[in-house]
Amino acid sequence: MAFFIEVLVGGLLAGIMYSLVALGFVLIFKASGVFNFAQAAMVLFAAMFIAGMYGDWGVPFWIAIPATIVLMIGVAWGIERVVLRPLVNQEPIIMFMSTIGIFFALIGIAEIFWGSRSRTLDVGIPSDPIFVGDMLFQMYDLITAGIVAVLVVLLVIFSQKTRMGRVLRAVADDHQAAQSVGIKLNTVWVVVWSISGVVAVVAGIVWGGALGVQPVMVDVAFKALPVLLLGGLTSIPGAIIAGLIIGAGEALAEVYLGPIIGGGIDNWFAYIIAMAFMVWRPEGLFGEKIIERI
Amino acid sequence: MIYRESGQFKKTYHADQAILPLRQDQIFVLGAILFAFLVVPFVASNYAMNSLLLPFLIYSLAAIGLNLLVGYCGQISLGTGGFMAVGAFAAWNLALRTELPMPVIFILAGLITAGTGVLFGLPALRIKGFYLAVTTLAAQFFLIWLLQRPWFNNYSPTGVISAPSINMFGWQVDSVTDRYYLALIILVIMALLAKNIVRSSTGRKWMAIRDMDVAAEIIGIRPMATKLKAFAVSSFFIGIAGILWAFLYLGQLEAEAFNIYTSFDVLFMIIIGGLGSILGCFLGAAFVVLVPIFLNVVPSWLGLPLGTAMISYIEIFIFGSLIIFFLIVEPHGMARLWSIIKQKLRLWPFPY
Amino acid sequence: MAAQAADVSSRARTSEVILKVEDVELAFGGVRALRGVGFEIRRGEIFSIIGPNGAGKSSMLNCINGFYHPTSGTITYKGQPRKRMRPYVTASQGVARTFQNIALFKGMSTLDNIMTGRHLKTKATLLENAFWFGRARKEEMEHRRFCEEIIDFLNLQHVRKTPVGTLPYGLQKRVELGRALAAEPELLLLDEPMAGMNLEEKQDMARFVLDVNDEFGMTICLIEHDMGVVMDLSDRIVVLDHGEKIGEGTPDEVSKDPKVIEAYLGVQEEGDA
Repeated sequence: MAFFIEVLVGGLLAGIMYSLVALGFVLIFKASGVFNFAQAAMVLFAAMFIAGMYGDWGVPFWIAIPATIVLMIGVAWGIERVVLRPLVNQEPIIMFMSTIGIFFALIGIAEIFWGSRSRTLDVGIPSDPIFVGDMLFQMYDLITAGIVAVLVVLLVIFSQKTRMGRVLRAVADDHQAAQSVGIKLNTVWVVVWSISGVVAVVAGIVWGGALGVQPVMVDVAFKALPVLLLGGLTSIPGAIIAGLIIGAGEALAEVYLGPIIGGGIDNWFAYIIAMAFMVWRPEGLFGEKIIERI
Repeated sequence: MIYRESGQFKKTYHADQAILPLRQDQIFVLGAILFAFLVVPFVASNYAMNSLLLPFLIYSLAAIGLNLLVGYCGQISLGTGGFMAVGAFAAWNLALRTELPMPVIFILAGLITAGTGVLFGLPALRIKGFYLAVTTLAAQFFLIWLLQRPWFNNYSPTGVISAPSINMFGWQVDSVTDRYYLALIILVIMALLAKNIVRSSTGRKWMAIRDMDVAAEIIGIRPMATKLKAFAVSSFFIGIAGILWAFLYLGQLEAEAFNIYTSFDVLFMIIIGGLGSILGCFLGAAFVVLVPIFLNVVPSWLGLPLGTAMISYIEIFIFGSLIIFFLIVEPHGMARLWSIIKQKLRLWPFPY
Repeated sequence: MAAQAADVSSRARTSEVILKVEDVELAFGGVRALRGVGFEIRRGEIFSIIGPNGAGKSSMLNCINGFYHPTSGTITYKGQPRKRMRPYVTASQGVARTFQNIALFKGMSTLDNIMTGRHLKTKATLLENAFWFGRARKEEMEHRRFCEEIIDFLNLQHVRKTPVGTLPYGLQKRVELGRALAAEPELLLLDEPMAGMNLEEKQDMARFVLDVNDEFGMTICLIEHDMGVVMDLSDRIVVLDHGEKIGEGTPDEVSKDPKVIEAYLGVQEEGDA
């Protein structure tokens, strides 16, 4: 039983990291209707710049992290200028494909700067094991959970209490209505991609600390996609809860199912769960119900 | 006025419904096929055949398969790599475990892929758009994992197995020229079948589902059967492309060779080439095959002293940028550019 | 086809009931879109459903062709009561329709749209289509011929190969009618076929509706806002308001019905848009 709880909690905490990537997706999808495939690349991009600046140039973290945040805002601005603005009003699949283009372009830039070798990224989050009774937990995971909680609270405060937050909610609700009351979509996009960039920085630090920073990180970040689906594309709580479900399910499956059908289940488990769930409830856990009209 | 349809009157509906109603198009396509059969093998170097033409032919076939599903039926799929792997491994195992002749193995492996496609297409009955795209990733990751189980590579210690020799109706396909011809013959036949399907009632049903599925159902099209048929046909094509990729191009099998980036590559081909266009599949495949090679040689032309690693990074960046560039310039792909050029040729040399 | 049309035409305006709606209720959550509506449509007639905005007219059509399922009540088509029928099944039984907001296949040409409407009559299998032999080839020609007749009838020859997304509104409405006709339905549901048209286009469309009814012998169920058109075209009319039936009868009877007048005047007082 203790072992079960250990695995479960470990899985839940790993799931939070998925949520963190999914969160970035949700923000952009809500505000612009763009399915941002490049979110995973943004995480890698941020992590590589922080680790690279620290490791290769000797820049301390308290400069490297804010510098990367500024860089991500620059990236957001660039994406809006170069990609989104010319493609506005194109079909969703075209926008989606363009974010795959962004995905490769960002990875390319990061590698041109920092190469593809693996780096460690230790910003000083303690990673001691802690014992509760005879159960073993990782301090690192608990602190990560705390960071995510703070991030979500900050996002909620931002969206509820600030003017820009209200604007974002208005845009998410109805693009055209928002435009007709004088909201500039271009500004909104830069802001929301910037916020996603900041979320990516946090995710990059947390992921990078746990797994090391290397291009393969992107593959792991793909797992945020089923999380996103399970939670419903537009729901922030959905992204968090779905992340927990997938993380826990994956850990339990690997431990209990793995010996029976072979290892590496975590490669696909999340996708199959999401797929099965979607067949039952196409809008995801918290997504808006799709009503067909004609 | 090179490209002129005036004077070509269609006297029967039959002539008007032909695959290529215009004489110029007929000549062009026939010429291209003859050129590919009679000229290319005698002028192209072995290197060009092996690392340019073979991938181009096979990618074109995969792109046609995916375009049937995405461009014609409107169901986005990111599982192409997984389905190619299913085709390749099914053929390999059939060759290993049965005595069936190779053509039969090809068709059976295609059908197995079609069945797999239907299975992973089932969610499409409830799910649409991006939701569906992500669930097709389930196919990609699950199938690759499944095919890495030891049974599928006959307990090979390395997991990499070599392709069997191919004998087609007594024709031993060994040399690069043979492999080129086999790929070309299969591609031409299947492209023709694809073209027939999309101009028939099946193709119209797919397009109806793509353009407005609710209205399609109300005029009597069964969404379930229609979508699953698209998944089946598309997967069949992709499965055959997978066999060719492993047997003719790589000469060996490894599930990892069909990873998610294969899926992306094929998706690019049809987006860059043009959704809902068979011609576009060829253009897109040529683009995706040529760009990396082009990017590889350009630095040395310019005399830039770049390491191979740096070149590959720059390649990734430029590839991504080119996708964006293409989508901005012509979201409907190169096939649309081609039809615009034809429009211009109709009137040339007159401005209007 | 001419013989067949004449045959049906001779039966036109008989008392045979083709569609019977009884006590149909439709609720979305708390909103009751239809409250116990009942009427009969007879074979060969032009039957109209009228009523102010939000009266439940389109919901009624959606129930008839199976897009919505009534919460309670029965719909009997050709003597067969039905429960929860998918739209494609209804279509295969001979019900076709057009839509208030045009629902054409925008990426396809006029001809292809109409040919698609004809698909219920095609029997060729996927393999026949792929190899273009047997029925595939033969049917394609037959249907093409039939669809060309529809194109002639609706005067769409000049836009035969144009993608419908680029056509003007009035023509799109006509293509949509063509697509519905291609199925040779017994019951044709027209949801505001003249909405947003100018006078000339309306006259054309009215002509088409009458011709379809006369020459093809199709039973027509029409929703329309333009009272003049409805009064001229219809054999019988049912009036809905807030999901309830408030009147039924011939155009004369309905136009004199005090409840109907009240419903319409009431709407007009609130602001005649």
